[in-house]
Amino acid sequence: MARARSFDVTTLPGFAITAILAFVLLYAPIITLVFYSFNGGNSVNQWGGLSLKWYAIAAQNEAVQQAALRSLIIALWAAVIATAVATMAALGTTRRGKFKGQTFIYIVINQPLMVPEIVTAVALLIFFSSVKIATGYSGLGYLILAHSAFCVPFAYLPIKARVEGMDTSMETAAADLYATSWNTFRFITLPLLLPGIIAGAMLAFITSLDNVIITEFVKSAGQDTLPTYMLGQLRRAMTPEVNAISTALLALTVLILIIFYFVTKKRD
Amino acid sequence: MKTDHAIDACNVSKIYGAGARAVTALGDVSIGIKQGEFFTLLGPSGCGKTTLLRCIAGFETPTSGTILLFGRDITHTPPNQRPVNTVFQSYALFPHLSVAQNVGFGLKMQGKPAAEVAQEVERVLALVKLEDFADRLPQQLSGGQQQRVALARALAPKPEVLLLDEPLSALDLKLRKEMQSELKRLQTETGITFIFVTHDQEEALTMSDRIGVMSAGALMQVGPPREIYDHPVNRFVADFIGETNFLVGQVDGQGLRIGSGDVIAVPLNGQTGEVTLAVRPEQINIGPAGTGVAAKIIDMTYLGTDTHYTVALGDASTLVARVQSNSGASLSVGDSVGITFDAKAVQVLAS
Amino acid sequence: MSGTGKTRSKGANGWLLSAPALILLLLAASGPLVIVVIYSVLAKGDYSGVRWILSGDAWFRVLFEKDIFDGTVSLADANLSIFWRSVKLSLATTLITFVLGLPTAWFIGTRPKTTRALWLFLITIPFWTNLLIRTFAIMEVIRNQGLLNTLLIKIGLISAPIQILYTDTAVLIGMTYVYLPLMVLPLFAAIDRFDFKLIEAGYDLYASRWQILRGVILPIIKPGIVAGCILVFIPSLGAYVTPRVLGGGKNMMIGNFIELQFGQGQNWPLGAALSTMLLLIVLVSLVVYTRASTRGGPHG
Repeated sequence: MARARSFDVTTLPGFAITAILAFVLLYAPIITLVFYSFNGGNSVNQWGGLSLKWYAIAAQNEAVQQAALRSLIIALWAAVIATAVATMAALGTTRRGKFKGQTFIYIVINQPLMVPEIVTAVALLIFFSSVKIATGYSGLGYLILAHSAFCVPFAYLPIKARVEGMDTSMETAAADLYATSWNTFRFITLPLLLPGIIAGAMLAFITSLDNVIITEFVKSAGQDTLPTYMLGQLRRAMTPEVNAISTALLALTVLILIIFYFVTKKRD
Repeated sequence: MKTDHAIDACNVSKIYGAGARAVTALGDVSIGIKQGEFFTLLGPSGCGKTTLLRCIAGFETPTSGTILLFGRDITHTPPNQRPVNTVFQSYALFPHLSVAQNVGFGLKMQGKPAAEVAQEVERVLALVKLEDFADRLPQQLSGGQQQRVALARALAPKPEVLLLDEPLSALDLKLRKEMQSELKRLQTETGITFIFVTHDQEEALTMSDRIGVMSAGALMQVGPPREIYDHPVNRFVADFIGETNFLVGQVDGQGLRIGSGDVIAVPLNGQTGEVTLAVRPEQINIGPAGTGVAAKIIDMTYLGTDTHYTVALGDASTLVARVQSNSGASLSVGDSVGITFDAKAVQVLAS
Repeated sequence: MSGTGKTRSKGANGWLLSAPALILLLLAASGPLVIVVIYSVLAKGDYSGVRWILSGDAWFRVLFEKDIFDGTVSLADANLSIFWRSVKLSLATTLITFVLGLPTAWFIGTRPKTTRALWLFLITIPFWTNLLIRTFAIMEVIRNQGLLNTLLIKIGLISAPIQILYTDTAVLIGMTYVYLPLMVLPLFAAIDRFDFKLIEAGYDLYASRWQILRGVILPIIKPGIVAGCILVFIPSLGAYVTPRVLGGGKNMMIGNFIELQFGQGQNWPLGAALSTMLLLIVLVSLVVYTRASTRGGPHG
């Protein structure tokens, strides 16, 4: 039977079945979670038919509203700041040959990808707690600052890839055609980098939106974001409300990823 | 100041790196390019021709020496302030701008009013016969069309000198031939000084008013195509331009004696000792055995209108001769023949 | 931009443009790590925080404990068991994600060009999905009234739910689940660059499928394997959310133990020492990674 088929060199024993199993294992829990968010019953253990009840409850919950708003504010700021500094850094570290200290810059920029989050969280807790005492300020600034920092590498990578793929002859040609440095950046470099910058901003936004640990350690009282709110809910009796919030966040993530997918695909 | 010169490069050197690892891209090059001429910088890759072009464009600053544009020193003028434009090898068309926006870019950057830009764009697009493609994006055009856009873009601001960096190298043979005459036409029509960089000697010979042959960062010879071809000053130029046979000879009392022992009658300009002879294949005549230098045909290649014969002389040195196929002679491999040279065609080069 | 104007040195421009990013990261990511290292050699404060006295107490307490009655010194069994659990669970997570991840990455890498991006996208969705959400999701499956137990009871394999949640097994399942995409992505990157002609050459020279895998594929994609293992091992070792949610407070890992020192434990120097230790382990892993990936390749 199998003999009749041509010999496929890419086939390895048991690989395809394991891969399919892995995909099933990856998606089954997520699908379960989403499914239970439409539960009309009063607890996670009791199925009460399909309903949007818990979405309504979550939407009317003031704590959820505020946490969601806070998450969005922080994620927007973090995405804007991280993308701005990452774009500059990508232009500074790419296409100009090796220079002294380049490795240092790479290490610092990518550091959040390497150091376990719990360690950074502890470090920021110690640092910000003394700053809070010294300045008396305890607003969202700390969270925005921390989020901006760990979002930098996520914004940097796609922008850097875009800069690397961009021909330096574009800027040379612009300079040849009487463009000043600023006009070259404004009319040539920036428009050509835009897909990379959008992609970077979206990844930074998702990364900020998803963060749990650093937020948990840095936030002052009453500064819950959606993820830390959900983590806090765990100590109480679980209701499908958490499923509803999770599903909403998941939908937002998938939506951003789909846009990201098309933005990066389009101009390749 | 020599005001009939569009560009003067005076003792221009460009050295990359420093110390033991320094690389000399240009070594003390001086050249004057006349207004309105089609000048070609010709040489193999790495000979410094592109570096010289980039110094003129302003993308490189010479390590020493000066560059004059109509007598004005522009050595340290940034590229965006030089009335000199470049057609890039890769065209470097802005992929996010339409053909019209690409062509109008330079004028817009110069701060020309939009109406004037539009009018100029139309004029230049007509010049390169791309009127119908104004709204396309570069990637929607063929290679030849992109080439024309690149030309139009560089011509639109009416530069005093147009620099062309191997602009035809990405095109196939047929298109290249077309663009060669197109370029020549544009140059005549606009009257702009063209400085053209290429490694293709045939391209250089067909298009140029004058050619500068470069090698290893130095200018070997400057002159009209005919002069470069017929009277190369050294072995490099003779070898690089067209096909050439080289023979080593010795000047003694009786004249010039080549390796096989035969004495050849050529005009000597006082050279003594060991010299190199350069003979073009078409300047070698094959006659019956007993005339001229005794030789034997060891290989022949039929090339349509011409046939190439490889002949061996007495000392086993070989020469290639090109003979018109319909000249009537029926020669075959193994035949003993006699070789004669047109005395004026043989170049005696210092070894 | 480059190419115009006077050429300022490349380095100066590079530093200037990178400066805002560097300042931000040094202020809110890298810089504070130095404070952690400093705190680890200070004395514990009366209530929380530290006293600015040099002290080796914290580092001593990482490994040893002093009996409060007779003052005898012994190995800190409680701490060591937390370390051991963390290392054990992280290694197991790495191994399982590799065994599952390699076939998955291979499968994606051998799809036709048209569908490959889609399969890859299916891996990136979980990768970018909130870790907490994924942990909740796996909790839904393994809790007593969850999908798994319900199914097993339905088909009659068991009569009462098995307690999986709040055990080490739950933490292991959870970490495997959340970190699997981190293994698949670098493996896929390596397989994507792999030249399948090499397999044809292998079969041409009489190799069996297993010999192809061991002798041709694995050595060549080794840099991807090392990258995947490091990418899974490091966050596993520092995991906080997954053990907290699925381990239920009793089955702590280093991450939770560190948090404890800053929460109820109120021993900041000890927490700082533990963090520093975690940092050192990461540093060593990264050195190993750099070595392995530069020496990797066909002859690795």
